[in-house]
Amino acid sequence: MKPKFGVVVFPGSNCDHDAYFAVKKILGYDAEFLWHKETDLKNSDVIILPGGFSYGDYLRTGSIARFSPIMNSVIDFANKGGYVIGICNGFQILLEAGLLPGAMQQNESLKFICEDVYLSVKNKDTVFTKSIDTEILKIPIAHGEGNYFADDDTLKELEDNEQIVFQYSSQDNNIDKKYNPNGSLLNIAGIVNKRKNVLGMMPHPERSCDPILRKTDGQKIFKSIAENIFN
Amino acid sequence: MLEPEVNLDLAKEHGFTEEEYNWVCERLGRIPTFTELGIYSVMWSEHCSYKNSIALLKTLPREGGKLLVGAGEENAGLVDIGDGLAVAFKIESHNHPSAVEPYQGAATGVGGILRDIFTMGARPIAALNSLRFGNLDDARTRYLFEGVVKGIADYGNCFGVPTVGGEVYFDESYKGNPLVNAMAIGIVKVDQTASATAKGNGNPVLIVGSSTGRDGIHGATFASEEISEKSEAKRPSVQVGDPFTEKLLLEATLEIIKNDWIIGIQDMGAAGISCSTSEMSAKGKSGMDIDLDKVPLREEGMSAYEIMLSESQERMLVVAKKGYEDKVIETFEKWDLNCAVIGTVNDSGILKIHQNGVMKAELKAWDLVLGGGAPVYYRETKKPDYIEKKHSFDFNSLSESKNLTEVFEKVVSSPNIASKKWVYNQYDSMVRTNTIVGPGSDAAVIYIKDTNKALAAKTDCNGRYVYLNPKEGTKIAVAESARNVVCSGGTPLAITNCLNFGNPYKPENYWMFKQAIEGMGEACRYFNTPVTGGNVSFYNESPETSVYPTPTIGMVGLIESLDHITTADFKEEGDLIYLLGIDNEELGGSEYLKVIYNLVEGNSPALDLQKEKDLQTTLLSLIKKGLIRSAHDISEGGLITSLAESCIINYEKPLGAEVLIPINNRIDFSLFSESQSRVIISISPKVKDAFEKEISKSFTPYKFIGKVGGEKLIVNQEISISINRLKELYYQSIPSRMNVTV
Repeated sequence: MKPKFGVVVFPGSNCDHDAYFAVKKILGYDAEFLWHKETDLKNSDVIILPGGFSYGDYLRTGSIARFSPIMNSVIDFANKGGYVIGICNGFQILLEAGLLPGAMQQNESLKFICEDVYLSVKNKDTVFTKSIDTEILKIPIAHGEGNYFADDDTLKELEDNEQIVFQYSSQDNNIDKKYNPNGSLLNIAGIVNKRKNVLGMMPHPERSCDPILRKTDGQKIFKSIAENIFN
Repeated sequence: MLEPEVNLDLAKEHGFTEEEYNWVCERLGRIPTFTELGIYSVMWSEHCSYKNSIALLKTLPREGGKLLVGAGEENAGLVDIGDGLAVAFKIESHNHPSAVEPYQGAATGVGGILRDIFTMGARPIAALNSLRFGNLDDARTRYLFEGVVKGIADYGNCFGVPTVGGEVYFDESYKGNPLVNAMAIGIVKVDQTASATAKGNGNPVLIVGSSTGRDGIHGATFASEEISEKSEAKRPSVQVGDPFTEKLLLEATLEIIKNDWIIGIQDMGAAGISCSTSEMSAKGKSGMDIDLDKVPLREEGMSAYEIMLSESQERMLVVAKKGYEDKVIETFEKWDLNCAVIGTVNDSGILKIHQNGVMKAELKAWDLVLGGGAPVYYRETKKPDYIEKKHSFDFNSLSESKNLTEVFEKVVSSPNIASKKWVYNQYDSMVRTNTIVGPGSDAAVIYIKDTNKALAAKTDCNGRYVYLNPKEGTKIAVAESARNVVCSGGTPLAITNCLNFGNPYKPENYWMFKQAIEGMGEACRYFNTPVTGGNVSFYNESPETSVYPTPTIGMVGLIESLDHITTADFKEEGDLIYLLGIDNEELGGSEYLKVIYNLVEGNSPALDLQKEKDLQTTLLSLIKKGLIRSAHDISEGGLITSLAESCIINYEKPLGAEVLIPINNRIDFSLFSESQSRVIISISPKVKDAFEKEISKSFTPYKFIGKVGGEKLIVNQEISISINRLKELYYQSIPSRMNVTV
């Protein structure tokens, strides 16, 4: 069965078209844009909160977006077990909306960073990762605030519940501080909620889907979703 | 508010000469009102009127090739790329604002050029920038560098356009007056373009986007004078950018253009409402009745003068088709943007500006604008004395360096040569998922979705060459940007230019400007790359330093098939390395001379247009035949630098090389000479015969010089440097100067 992806468009989203293009044109799934002022999720199986600078990221990244009408529906959907993936700014919005624990700080360098990074796939027991056939993914990041922070209790809980999904690593799976681009705790690049139906990740899988751009590891995440959500 | 009395003194404060002020009075048949004086002053400023440059600019090739819209006709030029698509692109300077307020100065430079592209109906798909600063040892320079890069990054990243390439140079001459040239490229369906015109009696005029505030008043005038101690006081003349609003403006603007609800649209950049109302009216041979009470304002009590001159960012003027204004308003409301009808088009040719029921200005639109009544000057020229002296420099007087490896290490760590990763990692170079080759290679390569084509884009200029020989140096800038496009597998299509020069009233400066234009025209005609437009920035001088004349070229080329895409990095061990072109031991203005001897002497390298064209034709045909694995142009730092870059440009997969290069008289000269029309290529050993058979049919000289492989770069057994060491020097140079590690 072909899944349907709903791609939310906030004012200031700028990876909405990239996500739509990746799932619809490259991977051949159904996809539809969801306007932030509306509340209808249009029967989507998976909601994508795309990257960008929603509401200009004024006040704090993601802090205004989470109050938009569509987010009420997304929160309901997630609480009922619906699948949600927040990419970059989408991850920040999920944190602000309380769907994922923790917070983002500015990158340690205090600079925006755009480059390809390697991710160690830490937990393959989620719909987002089950079908990934490698230990490492090469996927680009592009953010100014990806320095994940949480208190010790929360971190322990994340570890105990195996909620850490992606960690920054070397090409040969060495999860060391020196491969961490932004200073995030435990090299965290992506986490899921306890129920494992909501994923937040800083790297942009939609940017590594098109073979023409000579990188395709991002496909593995979307394919895993498609192959596993109906099981 | 009591308006000051308009007289010659006030006019002079506004930058008018006595002669110009008299012209204004003559045309009006009376003394202008205060508001009218303000409007005239910005419209006749150098920045808007091009009064000292337009006569020469008109000598440039502005048609032919695949040009659909030529220079000066619209906000940006348009070039046909087939498949029913066209490319809009343009480069513009934001030097003066960046000199006093680097972050906002650079950010609004990016914002302005993006608006120029999407007012054409084109969606911006790539941004580039060409930056020049003083020496990084200087703290203020580091402050300017850091602020400019962050300004560009924050604006482009938020807006959602990938910043894919450009150039950064450091030289003392730019210390007080950095150059910040921003370029943008957009794609539009040929039948969905918009025009910057106003016509049709009674059609509604709307202002859309941000509200109007007191920021940026007289920005255009500020840009038309030299930087001085007083410039700091002009900080309020720098506009403040809001990329979030610009992103919304983009989406709304493209929607109204696509739906065909409008007659015309123009971006409000320099001179704000004054410029957009008068230029659109003049273009459509119309006039406008504008009611300033309808303009959404940021603050109360703004005078007509202030509203007309405000350069608040992220605004556009739209002329809607009568009856469609509600659709336009609905669209902007959907995107939470201001949109207000502020007047109507009339057919009198007269711009009538009202406030509180009082006529504040009544001017013929045509009299105000470039190409209409704005003044046109030919300035006096004089060849500067230094040039002959520089040209007679005796290179044999230079002591020969003993340890060439050490010398090479210094050259490759020069910030002009070293990797600009510190800069471009701050730019989102991948958003919109079209970037096939991002920053760091010869030219950036952007995929055009739903086709098998890509665009190659590059900016280029070596200010030192232009300083030593304005004409030849400018020809080189055109040739090198074309060569970069060819090295990436593209056919050069057209250029945009950003002409950064000093005060045009100084005859030496004007001589250089004139020479540069001649050189550019000659080269562009030869390569059939017409000029689609651009920007002139005069008055790039500060009390301490005089900026090198810097005519930046932005070149766009078309890669006809994705199979042709070629990059600069060596690909496989055992590949064969060839040198195309020949060396003439040209060290004038070279990086070697500057870094090792601290000299800027001699003449620029010579450029033989025929040889350059032969080289480009040969290389492109070899690429299209699939015979080339890597291609990298030889420029600053000479042959050895180019080789080193091919070894380490692929950060994750660097490769060594061992070569034997031809020596003329001195090995150091041969290593570091910057002779033009040369390229380093590598090929698979399997295609050696086919390659040599093909290239021997061409006029291009070629020589096998060595092989890819090993852990070191070894040149003539004189220089040997490990790849790791090379990487460290090349990638850590700028971060270590900026006090950080990557």
